[in-house]
Amino acid sequence: MTVATPSLARGAPPGRFSLKKFRDFPMIPMLILLIIALVAIFADFLAPYDPQFGSLSQRYRPPAWQEGGSMAHLLGTDHVGRDVLSRLIFGARVSMIVGVTAVLVAGGIGTLLGILSGYLGGWVDQVIMRVADAWLALPALTFAIFLAAIVGPSELNIIIILGAVYWTRYARVIRGEVLSLKQREFVRLAIVAGCPKRLIMWRHILPNVINSAVVLGTLMLGVVIVTEAALSFLGVGVPPPKPAWGLMMADGKQGLMVGRWWLTVLPGTCIMLMVLSANLLGDWLRVKLDPQLRQL
Amino acid sequence: MKQYIIRRTGYSLLSLFLLSLTIFLFVRVTGDPTSLLLEPGASLEDIANLRRQFGLDQPLWLQYWLFVKSFLTGDLGLSFYYRTPVLDLYFERLPNSLLLAAVAMILSLVIGIPSGVLAAVHVGGFWDNAGKIFTLLGLSLPSFFIGLVLILIFTVYLGWLPSSGAGTAWHVVMPAFTLGWYFAAAHMRLTRSSMLEVLGSEYVKLARLKGLPEAMVVGKHAFKNALIPVITLAGINLVVMINVAVVVETVFAWPGIGRLLYEGITFRDFPIVQAVVVLGGSMIILVNLLVDILYAFIDPRIRLES
Amino acid sequence: MAAMSRESLLSLEHLSAHYVSQQGARVVPAVEDVTLRLGAGETLGIVGESGSGKSTLALTIMRQLPPAARIVSGRMMFEGENLLDKTDAEMRHVRGKRIAMILQDPMASLNPLFSIGNQVGEPLRVHEGASFKLAWKRAIELLKSVRIASPETRVSQFPHEMSGGMRQRIVGAIGISCEPRLLIADEPTTSLDLTIQAQYLNLLGDLQRQYGLALIFITHNLGIVAKMCDLLAVMYAGRIVEQGPVSRIFSAPAHPYTRALLGSIPRMTDNRGRLTAIEGQPPDLSSLPPGCAFAPRCPAAIARCRREAPPEIAIDSDHTARCWLAESDSEAPPAIGARARSDGT
Repeated sequence: MTVATPSLARGAPPGRFSLKKFRDFPMIPMLILLIIALVAIFADFLAPYDPQFGSLSQRYRPPAWQEGGSMAHLLGTDHVGRDVLSRLIFGARVSMIVGVTAVLVAGGIGTLLGILSGYLGGWVDQVIMRVADAWLALPALTFAIFLAAIVGPSELNIIIILGAVYWTRYARVIRGEVLSLKQREFVRLAIVAGCPKRLIMWRHILPNVINSAVVLGTLMLGVVIVTEAALSFLGVGVPPPKPAWGLMMADGKQGLMVGRWWLTVLPGTCIMLMVLSANLLGDWLRVKLDPQLRQL
Repeated sequence: MKQYIIRRTGYSLLSLFLLSLTIFLFVRVTGDPTSLLLEPGASLEDIANLRRQFGLDQPLWLQYWLFVKSFLTGDLGLSFYYRTPVLDLYFERLPNSLLLAAVAMILSLVIGIPSGVLAAVHVGGFWDNAGKIFTLLGLSLPSFFIGLVLILIFTVYLGWLPSSGAGTAWHVVMPAFTLGWYFAAAHMRLTRSSMLEVLGSEYVKLARLKGLPEAMVVGKHAFKNALIPVITLAGINLVVMINVAVVVETVFAWPGIGRLLYEGITFRDFPIVQAVVVLGGSMIILVNLLVDILYAFIDPRIRLES
Repeated sequence: MAAMSRESLLSLEHLSAHYVSQQGARVVPAVEDVTLRLGAGETLGIVGESGSGKSTLALTIMRQLPPAARIVSGRMMFEGENLLDKTDAEMRHVRGKRIAMILQDPMASLNPLFSIGNQVGEPLRVHEGASFKLAWKRAIELLKSVRIASPETRVSQFPHEMSGGMRQRIVGAIGISCEPRLLIADEPTTSLDLTIQAQYLNLLGDLQRQYGLALIFITHNLGIVAKMCDLLAVMYAGRIVEQGPVSRIFSAPAHPYTRALLGSIPRMTDNRGRLTAIEGQPPDLSSLPPGCAFAPRCPAAIARCRREAPPEIAIDSDHTARCWLAESDSEAPPAIGARARSDGT
C-alpha cells in the first residue's frame, strides 16, 4: 500500500480484487446474523430446555446474576416457568424462517411482476402498477393486520401475508430498472434479432436486476422481521405457544410493571440486533452493488 | 393545471376503487364472509339477514356494489363487542389519535429538522455521523421495544410518568415519543438530503458571493427552501401516524384508532378491523391527492409535467 | 513582466490553489502558479477548456473555494491589500461589496422564495447597513439601470415570473449593487440565446463605463473576448499558458494551444460548444506529465517539452507565454515555429 504512488503514476488499472472494496465490510453485523442463523439451525442442540413447556413451580425466575436467579435458568423463566434462553434460541428459528421466506416470497412476486410490468408495458403495466399504488396506500402493518384477521394466525399464513404486503416495493423498483435496461444496446439487439419476449426477460433482463433484488431483499429483511414481531406482539402473528420474539414480549408485558424486565428486554434486544444487522448489511450492499438505489 | 387536477383525482379514485376491490375480494374469496362479519353463534336469522344485506347469493359484481354502497352511505356495520355502529366508535376515538399524532409530529419535527440541518452543514463531520447512527436506530428499533423500555425506565424505575391510559398531559409524553421516534429519523434524513441539495444550489453560491454571513446563507437562503419537501412529508406523515399507531397505542393503552383496531383483532370484531383499514387507506389516498394538488399550485413546473 | 506604468487594481502573484482529497492522498492542482495583473476599469478575458481551472481561479479570487480546495501559495493584491491576509470576517466585506461575481446559470442564481427587491437589496443591507426600505428603493434604481421595464412592479415580483434574460440582468444588478471595483462574470451568457446574449454584453459594457468597473470575463467563447476584452489570459491545466493584450495575442499567438483555440474560432456561434477542435483529451490534473501539460497534444512539441515545464517567457512587454518554442522564437530556427503554426491551424 505504501508504494501505491508509482503504480498510480504509471496508470495501473485499479485492482478488481483489491481489498479496498471490502475494507468497510460490516463485519460485526454479518457476524451477528451468522450467529443468529447458526443458533436457529442448531436450536435443538443448543437449547437447554423445551421452549414450549415449563413447570409452574419454576415461574418468574430472574436471570442468574440477579438475586433469586440460578444457573439452572441462565436468563430466567417466564409466567408459566418456561426457560427464557431456550425460547430465545428457538425464537431465532422462527424469526429466521419467517423473515427469510417472507422476503423470498415478496421478492419473487415483486421481481416477476416488476419485470412483466416494465418490459411488457401497456395494460399489463397499468394494471400491476395501479394495484401496487393502491396497496401502498395502506400502511404495511395495518394491511398485514387486516389480512391476518381474515386468514387467522399461523406461521405459514404470516409468510404469505408478508409476501402479499411487501411485493409492491420490489415491483416498483424493479420496474424502474427494467425500463432503463430496455433502452440498453444488448436488449435492443435481442429484440431486433427476434428473440422471444419470454427469453429476453429470462436471459437478459432478470440477471441484470438480480443485484437490485438482493440489495432490496437484505434491506427488507429488517422490515419484515419487525412486522412479524409486531404482528406476533398484537396476537395475530405466530400463534402461542410457539416461541416467537414478538410473542414473548407481548407475554412479558404484564410482568414489566413489577420489574420483570428480562421477559421483554431480552427478546426486544434480539429483535433489535437482528434488524440493525440486516439494515447495516443492506446499506453496505446498496452502496457496493447498486449506487442507483441510494435514494431508497 | 385543471387537466392535471382532473387526472390526479382520477388516479386517486382509481386507487380507492382498487383498494376497496382488493379488500372486498380478500374477505369474499378467503372464506365465508358470514363467519367473519357475524359473531360466532349468530342465529340463523342473522345469517339470513346478512346474506340478504350483502346479496351473497347474487353475482360477485353486484355484491361489490352493495359493499361499496354500504360504505358510501356511512353504514360500516355494527361492532359485535360494543353493539354500536362502527363509525360512531371510530369518530369517538379519532380525537385521541389526532392528539397523539399531533404531539408526536411536533416532537419529530423538533428533533428531526435541527439535527438534519446540523448534519448537512457539517457533512462528514461529528454531527453528521451522530445523525447517521440516530437515523439507523430510529429506523431499526421496533416501536414496541422502545415503548416497553420507556415504561420500564420512566414508570417502573423512576416513577415519573404514567404507563397507560389518557387524560393528563403526562399520559401523552411516552406514547408520543415512541411514535415520533421513527418519524424523527425519517424527517431528519429528508432534512439532511434536502438541505444538502439546496446548499449546493447556485443561489446559495451567489448568496455567499454576495458576502452574506454564513448564518444568513444557511438560515435564510438555504433553510427555507430545504423545508418545503420536509413539510410536505410531514403533512402526509401526520395522516400516516394516525393509522400506524396500533402498536404504540396497544403498548400504552392509548384509546385511539390503533387501540380500536387492536380491540377489533382480540375480540374477533371483524367489522371494526375492516372499517379501520378502509378508512385509513382512503384517508391516506386523499391526503396524497391534496398534497399533490397543493404542490401544483406552489410549483409551476409540476403543472407542465405529465 | 507587465508594464509598471499601469496602476494595478488586482494583481495575483504566483497564486496556487489545490483540491485535496479527504485522506490527503490525491492532490489536484486546479490553479497553479498564476500571475496576473488587472488595472482599474480594464477588462480581462480568461479562456480555456472546461476543467482548465478558470472557475476555480475566480473562486480563489473571491476566497470562496469549496471545502476540499485551499489556496496553497502566492499573493493576491487588491487595491493595495493582500486578500490572503484577511480574516474570513474581513473577507466577507470584500465579497459582494468591492469584488462581485456573477455565476454561470442565471436561472438558478436567484432564490425562488424571495422577492427580487429583497435579493437585489440584500448586499446593501448587509454591507452598508441600509434599511430594508432604503435598500428596496435602491433596488428599483438598480433594476432601472440594468434596463428592466417598469422596475416599480418588477421589484416585488418573484424569480419565476421573469424570463431568463431578465433574471440574468437582475443578477447583474445584484453584482453592481454596492458599486464594486471589480466584477467577475463566470460564463454569464452560456445559457442565453444569441440576441439576448448580445444585449447583455452591451449592458455590461455600459455598466462598466458608467461605474468604472474592472471586469473579468470567464468564457470559452473567443468571440466575446474579441468584442469585450482588453486583456486575455489563456488557461490550460490550471496554468496561464499565455497572456497579453487581446489584439496582440489574436494577431500573433505565441503558444501552440492558443493557436489551436484561435483555429477553432469559426465555431464560436455554437455558444455552449466546448473547444473540441484540438485533438486528444484535456489532461487529468491529478496525474500531470512531468513536462509541459500540453505537450501530449501539442503538434509542435520537442523533447524538452516532455522533460521540463516551461516558465512564463516574455515575448513583449505585456505578452508572456509558457512555451519553450516562444523562447526560441526570438533567436532559434524559425522552422519549428512555422511548422507548429501550420499544424496548429
